[in-house]
Amino acid sequence: MSQLDLARLQFAMTSIYHFLFVPVTIGLSFLTALLQTAWHRTDRPEFLRLTRFFGTLLVINIAVGVVTGLVQEFQFGMDWSGYSRTVGDVFGAPLAMEGLGAFFLESTFLGLWLFGWDKLPKRVHLGTIWAVAVGGALSAAFIMAANSWMQHPVGYTINSSTGRPQLNDVWALFTNPVFLRGYLHVLLASLVTGAMVMLAVSAWQLRKGADTEVFRLSARLSLVVLVPALLFAMLVGSELGVTEGKYQPMKIAGAEAQWETCQPCSFSVFQVGGGNNDQTPTKIIAIPHLLSLLATNHWNGQVLGLNAVQSQYQQRYGPGEYVPDIFIQYWSMRVMAYLATVALLVGLWGLWLLRRKRLAESPWFLRVAVWAVVLPFLINTAGWLLTENGRQPWIVQGIQLTRNGVSPSVSTTTVAISILVFFLLYAALAVVAAVLMTRYARKDAAEAPSDDQPVPAVTY
Amino acid sequence: MALAVFWFILIAVLWTGFFVLEGFDLGVGMLHAVLVRDEPGRRAVINTIGPLWDGNEVWLITAAAAMFAAFPAWYATLLSGLYLAVVLLLVGLIIRGVSFEFRGKIDSVRWRRTWDVLLTAGSLIVPLVIGIALGDLLHGVPIGSDQEFAGNFADLFTGYGVFTGITLVVLCVLHGATFIALKTTGGVRRRAGLLARRAAPVAGLVVLAFVTWTHSTAGRGILINLAELAAVVAVFAAAWLIATGHEGWAFAATTLAMATTVVSIFVELYPRVMVSSTNSAFDLTVHNTASGDYALKVMTVVAIVLLPVVLAYQSWTYHVFRLRLTAEHFQGPEGPGGSGASVAPQPEA
Repeated sequence: MSQLDLARLQFAMTSIYHFLFVPVTIGLSFLTALLQTAWHRTDRPEFLRLTRFFGTLLVINIAVGVVTGLVQEFQFGMDWSGYSRTVGDVFGAPLAMEGLGAFFLESTFLGLWLFGWDKLPKRVHLGTIWAVAVGGALSAAFIMAANSWMQHPVGYTINSSTGRPQLNDVWALFTNPVFLRGYLHVLLASLVTGAMVMLAVSAWQLRKGADTEVFRLSARLSLVVLVPALLFAMLVGSELGVTEGKYQPMKIAGAEAQWETCQPCSFSVFQVGGGNNDQTPTKIIAIPHLLSLLATNHWNGQVLGLNAVQSQYQQRYGPGEYVPDIFIQYWSMRVMAYLATVALLVGLWGLWLLRRKRLAESPWFLRVAVWAVVLPFLINTAGWLLTENGRQPWIVQGIQLTRNGVSPSVSTTTVAISILVFFLLYAALAVVAAVLMTRYARKDAAEAPSDDQPVPAVTY
Repeated sequence: MALAVFWFILIAVLWTGFFVLEGFDLGVGMLHAVLVRDEPGRRAVINTIGPLWDGNEVWLITAAAAMFAAFPAWYATLLSGLYLAVVLLLVGLIIRGVSFEFRGKIDSVRWRRTWDVLLTAGSLIVPLVIGIALGDLLHGVPIGSDQEFAGNFADLFTGYGVFTGITLVVLCVLHGATFIALKTTGGVRRRAGLLARRAAPVAGLVVLAFVTWTHSTAGRGILINLAELAAVVAVFAAAWLIATGHEGWAFAATTLAMATTVVSIFVELYPRVMVSSTNSAFDLTVHNTASGDYALKVMTVVAIVLLPVVLAYQSWTYHVFRLRLTAEHFQGPEGPGGSGASVAPQPEA
């Protein structure tokens, strides 16, 4: 493998890993804030116990999310110095704003929340968990603004003497249509992830039969958040597809492995074959008009085929291969959509049981809900593969090719060493985090603080 | 170009802020197991920085992001040039960051010992590697005419760079010991005070050697700069204040010593941001690495609005957790929700 391949592999590995923890953090912080608000309003001890129980799962996730986020930030300079040097003027700004405007907020108030139980007035303490939640959501906003710029660059001019993009309208970064929809999509996906984690843990506890009156409440909260969030996420996701299709036609054509321009276009449920060297895969169950609808919002919309976009790009940017990996594109789109549908069915089933007040007594649902915890992680990963692979071979669409973004001074061996180091370290972290999370999630709620005790400080 | 100068100063302030704040919690990390043998004592020591370290570390994240945004070529050359050192730094930050959270989650002696070792190692690696990197900025590493690093891993270990790393480690230890003495009671406080008393004269000599070397490396004549002078005065003042039992003032002095030591590097560096050992014509400077004026203007507005807010709530955090901790309050079972782990801090002595 070349230095470019290894640098890409490293970025994919560390990003996917980082993004396993980020959505849980964002989602669970809002849900924990809601639980604490409920405690504040009702004074019911069950809500306090739930706040502290899920708060602990939250901080385990934050710990891993924060340290792996560090790797992401430094990697731009380590592996992608060609990229950093070229686009730092535009791309660096939202990153610096993330530090000043979001990360300080999240970290400082997390400390206040964790250690401030017996030191802050109740209301102020409630405010700190909301500050953590808002900080996490803001942090994602700045990162998504930066990422959306790579998908659809706006608000810049090319400096004639350096040939590099220069920021000339910061507001454009935050009104970028790809950003607005992409960010909303990520926020909703995070709520879905947090809710499914909460649902799975509650289901586990209900199955065990311990503290049903406590975990019934969290199961209810998670389902009430899950289903609407998932529906909106799907809606916004399909809007995002249309937006991206407009600016990155390769991405959408690749998601259907559509080589020839079509109108109207059908969506295949499944295909056999496919890939970049197989332009005539066997499509199974083609649903008429659906691709037109998804890609253009019109019943009879035209979708440009991969070959058409390829020749357009060759005219504009010179000879080269501009088609992304079609196998990844086609299947990541389907994994995301299909598993989201499965998650929705689980959620609806739960809501139905909830209405009939039989949630805690349905062993089948509880069993499924525990296993369903893997769904959001697979969905989120597939979503990022779809959006980032669909941008290839560009690192910034139309401005810089990925191969021109790597660090010229770094050797293949150096990148290989660092991949090995991070792989081993991340694997160890995954094992420890998983062990701690499951240990804690299975813990008897009886070990949670009881009512007659004052709230103890959370300490290390 | 005035804005580029402003951002150079701001980045120097962010690095200084990082070492002043995270400096003591790195010191606490290095010392917690060395200083105290029993579990309640260790927990008391770790809990002195429990609510603070995460917010302190953001100074590093923001410093790096600010370099990326304001001086992209500086960020690109530095991180790609120091690649393997940065990997080591990240490993240090990762094992340290998770050890706080993981350490108390399983009630087993072996488990806690493991995380104690990782917390100590991580806390040592971080200031050492960043110190080497900061020293290399001034001493110079091979950089070609294309602003790219043109050396290898061994080129990073310049004598001055390594000594900068050692200086910062020593200052972190002193800063951390002073902080523990200020924030605890009883035996832990005594031991920390004793260690600080012994470490301070050593730190004084190290800092004296460091500023002399810094000044001769920069080669700007005999006129000593104020930061260098202040660093030496502050560290010896700290030694005297600790010996006379003024814990609060001693901590103020180690803060000043840390700040001026870091500042002295940046003062000697300006207007360069990274010196080329190949040819001074290839030096990276404030001017040839800065972002465009518009980007700098936007970020200046953001920084001027947000930095005071950040300082305000971080100061408030320090106010909320201002009381001393004592080992007796960590006798019970531990971990979140662990009953009996309630902390009732003592009023400040």
